[in-house]
Amino acid sequence: MIRVVLPAHLRTLARVDGEVKLEVPGPVTQRSVLDALEAAYPMLRGTIRDHVTLQRRPFLRFFACEQDLSHQPPDAPLPGAVAEGAEPYLVVGAMAGG
Amino acid sequence: MSRVRVLVGTRKGAFVLTSDGTRARWDVTGPHFGGWEIYHLKGSPVDPDRLYASQSSGWFGQVIQRSNDGGKTWESADNKFAYDGPTGTHLWYDGTPHPWGFARVWHLEPSLSDPDTVYAGVEDAALFRTTDGGGSWQELSGLRTHTSAPLWQPGAGGMCLHTILLDPSRAGRMFVAISAAGAFRSDDAGATWRPVNRGLQSEGIPDPSAEVGHCVHRIAMHRSRPGVLFMQKHWDVMRSDDAGETWREVSGNLPSDFGFPIDVHAHEPETIYVVPIKSDSEHYPPDGKLRVYRSRTGGQEWEALTRGLPQSHCYVNVLRDAMSVDGLDPCGVYFGTTGGQVYASADAGDSWAPIVRDLPAVVSVEVQTLS
Repeated sequence: MIRVVLPAHLRTLARVDGEVKLEVPGPVTQRSVLDALEAAYPMLRGTIRDHVTLQRRPFLRFFACEQDLSHQPPDAPLPGAVAEGAEPYLVVGAMAGG
Repeated sequence: MSRVRVLVGTRKGAFVLTSDGTRARWDVTGPHFGGWEIYHLKGSPVDPDRLYASQSSGWFGQVIQRSNDGGKTWESADNKFAYDGPTGTHLWYDGTPHPWGFARVWHLEPSLSDPDTVYAGVEDAALFRTTDGGGSWQELSGLRTHTSAPLWQPGAGGMCLHTILLDPSRAGRMFVAISAAGAFRSDDAGATWRPVNRGLQSEGIPDPSAEVGHCVHRIAMHRSRPGVLFMQKHWDVMRSDDAGETWREVSGNLPSDFGFPIDVHAHEPETIYVVPIKSDSEHYPPDGKLRVYRSRTGGQEWEALTRGLPQSHCYVNVLRDAMSVDGLDPCGVYFGTTGGQVYASADAGDSWAPIVRDLPAVVSVEVQTLS
């Protein structure tokens, strides 16, 4: 199972508490994880990636294993610890304010 | 006994205010969707418990919410607003062509006859429609592909389609307004459009009487006379007696003819309301006095309505969608401020009292009269 941590507002929107656990068929990449997330929670479509371009929304970041993966190719394999469920994949809202 | 439900959109959530017909005591619920900007929420005229809300965020983009029980519970609707076909370009602030890009839904206008049909006005300016209760949205692209569209240019607040008026007496006729392109009318249910801006004068554009390019802030109509339109423009309060074919200024004795909202009394089609703001850069009332102005003559002659409103040191704004009326008798009038107050008058504006004082900045106010 892949573990995904969502920002609070998206947890509220998706009506989930804590981590989301997903079955991801095939290679575990950012694209496949987000595809599985949006398939399980359709209300999240468009809130993390643009509906049409599938580009990451500008004020969101993707972290895992203490790395910023936001600029990695969407089809690059995620770290083994994420694929094995040992570490979560984090969707993070940019900090705002002064 | 009739009841009133006031739907309030704010910078940090939605609030639902309800009262019986006396409009003396109010029940307040919210925030719904706390932390999100709620540009607009509105109920179906034929099924008042069917509500739609535009929920957006700089982080997470656009969400559409739908309620089937008057706002007690909500469910997410489709939030995909994809322009139909090639998006083309409009003018950017520097005068260069700029690709159309969806930013948010500014206004939701439910159909007058079908609770599953809703129109959505969006930024960058375009009109969308759902016919399945928000299950999916399709663009009525005849507006965005109008021959003048490549020359449209955003105002400081973005190039938004913020006003949608449906003609109750003539099927297929509707009006929209876009900042800063102007007013447009369709007579074929949104398939084709033409500008209806003749008579507008805007000193801030190269040709003050151009066919398009006017910063229209809001248009209002009375259901009994849909050919008569009232407009609050960037500057100037205007009136059309021929469904937008021509406009004439009715600012009259207003202390400032700059402002955002305009609305019409529920039972008196010649009684209209505006909230003058000092200027385009000083978005607060003249002299620090919050005054609603009422004309009982369809414009030109205005009276200040002050009782119950702050008359010193008041520097809030009232945004374009933040005024509404109920259908009771006497007519109730409501508006919200950027300071978080929602004021109500149960006597057509003669006196006012705040329903709530300390909400986040109010973006929109809509009123439902429930039997």
